[in-house]
Amino acid sequence: MLAQNSTVPAIELLHVNRRFLTPDGRSLTALRDFSMTVAPGEFAAVVGPTGCGKSTTLNLITGLNKPSGGEVHVMGQPVDGIDPRIGFVFQSDALFPWKSVLNNVMAGPLFRKVSKDSATEQAMDWIKRVGLNGFENHYPHQLSGGMRKRVALAQTFINKPEILLMDEPFSALDVQTRILMQDELLKLWSQDKASVVFVTHDLDEAIALADRVFVLTSGPATVKSVYEIDLPRPRLTAEIRYDQRFIELSRMIWNDLRDEVMISHGKERAA
Amino acid sequence: MTIDIVQNSSAMAHTATYKSDQQIEAAAQIAIASRRRKVVVYRLALLVLLLGGWEVAGRTGAIDPFFFAMPSQIAIRLWTWIVNGTSQGPLWFEVWVTMEEAIIGFLTGAVAGVLAGIALGRNQFAADVFSIYIRIANAIPRIVLAPIFIMAFGLGLPSKVAVAFVMVFFVVFANAFQGVREADRAMIANAQILGASKWDVTRSVVVPSALSWIFASLHVSFGFAIVGAVVGELLGSQHGIGQIIAIARGSFDSPGVFGGMVVLIVVAMLADYIMTAIEHRIVKWRPAPLSEQS
Repeated sequence: MLAQNSTVPAIELLHVNRRFLTPDGRSLTALRDFSMTVAPGEFAAVVGPTGCGKSTTLNLITGLNKPSGGEVHVMGQPVDGIDPRIGFVFQSDALFPWKSVLNNVMAGPLFRKVSKDSATEQAMDWIKRVGLNGFENHYPHQLSGGMRKRVALAQTFINKPEILLMDEPFSALDVQTRILMQDELLKLWSQDKASVVFVTHDLDEAIALADRVFVLTSGPATVKSVYEIDLPRPRLTAEIRYDQRFIELSRMIWNDLRDEVMISHGKERAA
Repeated sequence: MTIDIVQNSSAMAHTATYKSDQQIEAAAQIAIASRRRKVVVYRLALLVLLLGGWEVAGRTGAIDPFFFAMPSQIAIRLWTWIVNGTSQGPLWFEVWVTMEEAIIGFLTGAVAGVLAGIALGRNQFAADVFSIYIRIANAIPRIVLAPIFIMAFGLGLPSKVAVAFVMVFFVVFANAFQGVREADRAMIANAQILGASKWDVTRSVVVPSALSWIFASLHVSFGFAIVGAVVGELLGSQHGIGQIIAIARGSFDSPGVFGGMVVLIVVAMLADYIMTAIEHRIVKWRPAPLSEQS
C-alpha cells in the first residue's frame, strides 16, 4: 500500500483547459493545456503574474470547479466533487465571525460527524499547537490578523488533510507577521507532510517554503518552467533569505517570471 | 501624546501639573461624566422649552387648543385614563389589545419573511424569476390593504393581525433575501471544504451571516406592526389604542387624540428597547458599533 502510494502522484493535472462563461455569455480561457504533478509529501509553490489563473488551479483540485477539458486526479483518482482529504486556506478571512475560536476550529470535525466531545478535545489540542491557548472563547474580531490566520491554520489542519491547498494565505499580513506565519506553516507541515500547493505572487515566499516552484505564464495560464529548490530543511524563513543559494535561485526565477509580469502588465494597460 | 491632548484642551489647562497616568485618567473620567450630564440637561431643557412653548402658545391663543390640545390637557387626559379607564375600558386593556395584534402580526410576518427570504435567497433560479414580483409587491403601499382585510376578516383581532402581517412580511423578507445573497463566497467555500453539507452551509453560514440584515429589519418592522394594528383599529374595531383615537376624533376631542399618540410613543419605544436588548444577546460576536462607545 505504501509503496503503491509513493508512485502515484498526490495531485495530477493533465492538459487541463478551463474556460469561464461570463454572465453575458462570453467565454474566457483561464488555463490552457495546463499540466502539473505534485508528489506525496511535496511542497509545491505556484507563482505567476496577477490574474493569470493561479487560484483557478486550486479550485479545480478541490472539485469546486470542473475542468473544461483534460483531467484532474487526486491520489490517482479523478476528482468528483469535494474531496474530504483536501484542506484549503483562503486568502481572505474565511473564518466564521459569529463563532468563537474554539467553535471555528471544531467546525470541520463537527461537519464530518465527529462527536462533540472528541471534536472539542481535538480543537483544544490544535489551538494549543498554534499557540492560541487562552483565546478559545474569543471571537475573530477580537484577534489580530496574524492570530486569525493561526485559527484558520488550526481549522484546516484539524481535518488532517493529505492535500493542503493555500491561496495566497499570508498576503494580507504585514511583513513581520508573514515571516512568523511561514515558519509556523513549515513547522505544522513537517509533522504530517501533506502534499501542498501554495499559490503566491511573492517569489521569495515561494522559494523559502517550497520543494519546487512552478512559474506560470500570463493568462491563459500554463506552466512555463519548474525549479527544484535544493535548500536544506528544516528552514528558517527569516534567515534563509540571506543564503547565497537562495539569492541565486531568486535571481534565476525572477528573470523567468519578469517577462510574464511585463506581458500581463502590458495587457492590463491595453485593456 | 495623551498629555498633549489634555494640555491643549482649554478646559483642562490647569491640569498641566498632573503627573501620573491615574490622575490624567481620573480627570478624563470627570470630563466624560460632566459631558454626559450636560447632554441630559440640554435634552431636558429642550423638552421643557418645546412643551412650555406649546402650552404658552395655546393659552395665549397663538395656536388653537381646539385642534392642538395643550400639554396640560393631554397630561390630565392621560391621568384620567390611567385612574378611571377610557370610554372603552381600562387603559392597560386597550394597550394590550393593540399590542396583541401587533405582536401576533409581527411574529407571524417575521417568521414567514425570514423563511421565504432564505428559501428564495438560496435558489438562484427562483430568485431570478421572483425578483420582479418582489419589487412590485414592495411598491404597493401595503396599508391600503387594511380596508380589504376589515371587510374580509371582520372588526376583531384577525383583520388587524393581517394588516400587521403584510406590513412586516415584506420588509423582513426583502432583508433576509438580501442577507442570504450577501453571504461571503469564501466563507461558504471554506465550510464546504471543511465538510459541510448543503444544509450545514445554510444553517451555520448563510443564516448567521444574514442575521444582522434580518435584525435590522426586525427593528424597523416592529414599528410597522404597530402602525398596521393601529390603522386597522382606526378603520374599524371595538378596542385598542387606534379605536380610542378614532372615538376621540369623532367627538372633536383633541386631548384624546394626542393622548392616544403619547401612549403609542411609549409603547413603541419600550418595544424598541426590548428589541435592542435581545439583538445584543444574540449577535454578541459583532464588534460594538462606535456610537455606543461614546
